[in-house]
Amino acid sequence: MMASLLTLVSAALVVIGAFFALVASIGLLRLPDVYTRMHAASKAGTMGSGLLLIALAIHAGDTGTMSRALAGVVFFLLTAPISAHLLAKAAYSVGYRLDAISVRDEMAENVTND
Amino acid sequence: MSLFLINVLLALAWAAVTGSFTFLNLAFGFVLATGALSLIREQVGSVGYFSRARRVISLMLLFVYELILSAWKVAVLVLTPRMDLKPGIFAYPLKLDRDFEITLLANLITLTPGTLSVDVSDDRRFLYVHAIDCSDPDSIRRDIAEGFERKIMEAFH
Repeated sequence: MMASLLTLVSAALVVIGAFFALVASIGLLRLPDVYTRMHAASKAGTMGSGLLLIALAIHAGDTGTMSRALAGVVFFLLTAPISAHLLAKAAYSVGYRLDAISVRDEMAENVTND
Repeated sequence: MSLFLINVLLALAWAAVTGSFTFLNLAFGFVLATGALSLIREQVGSVGYFSRARRVISLMLLFVYELILSAWKVAVLVLTPRMDLKPGIFAYPLKLDRDFEITLLANLITLTPGTLSVDVSDDRRFLYVHAIDCSDPDSIRRDIAEGFERKIMEAFH
């Protein structure tokens, strides 16, 4: 009973995680510029891979796999925002401007790029 | 902080006594050690430790909740047939001044709905945030100030 419940939960998590990974890649295709694309990659991507790892932790059941999968989730949460932030910062400083539909850019008023 | 170390040491002692260093047993030992410390909180002066732990935990829960919400919002946005985007970058005036707190705030902002931190100004007075819907930056500024920034101040000041 308990085992089949755990299997169902981890199966559901795999499906939801795969859905968010799919959404992240559709977002990469559809969104207009690098900054809006980072939104899709950093949020839906983190969510998708995090859920897949949690599903693995529940399904595996032994401590070694479980703790490594959970450590993976923690490192995803720690690193995804930093890499998104660095990519956006690097894109801005090499001169990728925001897409034409953008409504404001207060960074351009205050930051001078060399 | 030293109380946290004592807590971890007690958890290790529990694992040593029970002879099993599995993740679950360590976690259980940590909970037991927290209970033991809370019994003698008046004597060892750990009252502040518990209220701080509660605030750190509430910050973590807020973080997970916002992450789920933001992934969901990105999903809805990406899957609507006609995307109505008003993206833009706005400046957020920082009240926090320590590096570690600014880093934490920037990370939290990146994982919350519709916002992505791009850069910190050189004098550390502004955080530049890219928002996917930047039609009303004042309300986003207010949300950050009353949500994460206040929670970080409560947890670490």
